[in-house]
Amino acid sequence: MQSQKLTVAVFLGAVIAFFALGVYTYQQRNQSAVADTLTQEASRLVRPSSTVLGPMNAPVTIVEFFDPACETCRAFYPLVKDLMRKHPADIRLVMRYAPFHQGSDHVVKLLEAAKLQDKYVPVLEMVLAAQPLWAEHHQPKIELAYQAAAQAGLDVPKALEDAKAPAIQALLAQDMEDIVALKVTKTPTFFVNGRALPSFGAEELQALVSQELAKVKR
Amino acid sequence: MKSGWMLLLAAWAIATMATAGALFLGEVMLMTPCTLCWYQRIAMFPMVLILGMACYSNHRSGAVYALPFACIGLVFAGYHTLLLAGWVPSAWVPCGAGVSCAKQSLELFGGVQIPWLSFAAFGLITVLLVCYLKKTSLCNPKN
Repeated sequence: MQSQKLTVAVFLGAVIAFFALGVYTYQQRNQSAVADTLTQEASRLVRPSSTVLGPMNAPVTIVEFFDPACETCRAFYPLVKDLMRKHPADIRLVMRYAPFHQGSDHVVKLLEAAKLQDKYVPVLEMVLAAQPLWAEHHQPKIELAYQAAAQAGLDVPKALEDAKAPAIQALLAQDMEDIVALKVTKTPTFFVNGRALPSFGAEELQALVSQELAKVKR
Repeated sequence: MKSGWMLLLAAWAIATMATAGALFLGEVMLMTPCTLCWYQRIAMFPMVLILGMACYSNHRSGAVYALPFACIGLVFAGYHTLLLAGWVPSAWVPCGAGVSCAKQSLELFGGVQIPWLSFAAFGLITVLLVCYLKKTSLCNPKN
């Protein structure tokens, strides 16, 4: 019977439309909630001890909550680097840590210790390049991450000793506290001049950076 | 439209709305389903397709194929509801790093628990399908 077929089709269409409306409404509400959190907790985005790559006084600040064992962070690294290369005077990257994966915290401490040997970026890049070797999610082989750091020219024994410094422990503890307050649950999470991405993606990040750059250029 | 077909349509509509709700919680609100929720999803999602095709083509057999899913889902939803009420000792369920089945992280409209909704949906679908099958049975003197 034709009317039965039509009833089924109309009902299905109604459910899909209602679902889409729900998605839209929920995401709108969510975005304004995120914006409110960011306004209230703005001081947590950049800490005095946070690692900053690029010019200190750049008008556009990308804050990245980062996990060295996260594949998506690894995939985004060249993209962020490319943005900074295109706008060398205007963009700075603040590295914040969200070591959600097992063993990541050791690698984060090593990275921070590498700063003392002026090897932060080479070690970061080598550790990311070697990530598939060391970052098995349930059995991370942190030793292999250390080997990668050594290949980047790091004095690993010294760095591991430096990593025990209270300042580095405090930095990691502060980041963990800020993750909770800023409701960061996934890596990478980006904030550009205190604004969250409307939804996660490479294009979204580039668009938000472009918007902020345009404000500066005016 | 025969009244029998309306029973089938109602069962399909409930399954579709339950599925849309589950997908909204999981994919839009990004809540991780617990193990018991997953079993209920496994029972609920296929009924959307089976009963949808049965309604569309008016095939009685669709209701026959969907009924086991409804019964299995009802058992899981019943167990889940008892677990929430504290009538089933949760010690039966080993603890893991995953999501707890016994601790609900979401209540709707002031105190309505998701497993209750699941139980109601499976229960209604079961009743509707049984009524439909009885009504359309070849042994039924009215047919």
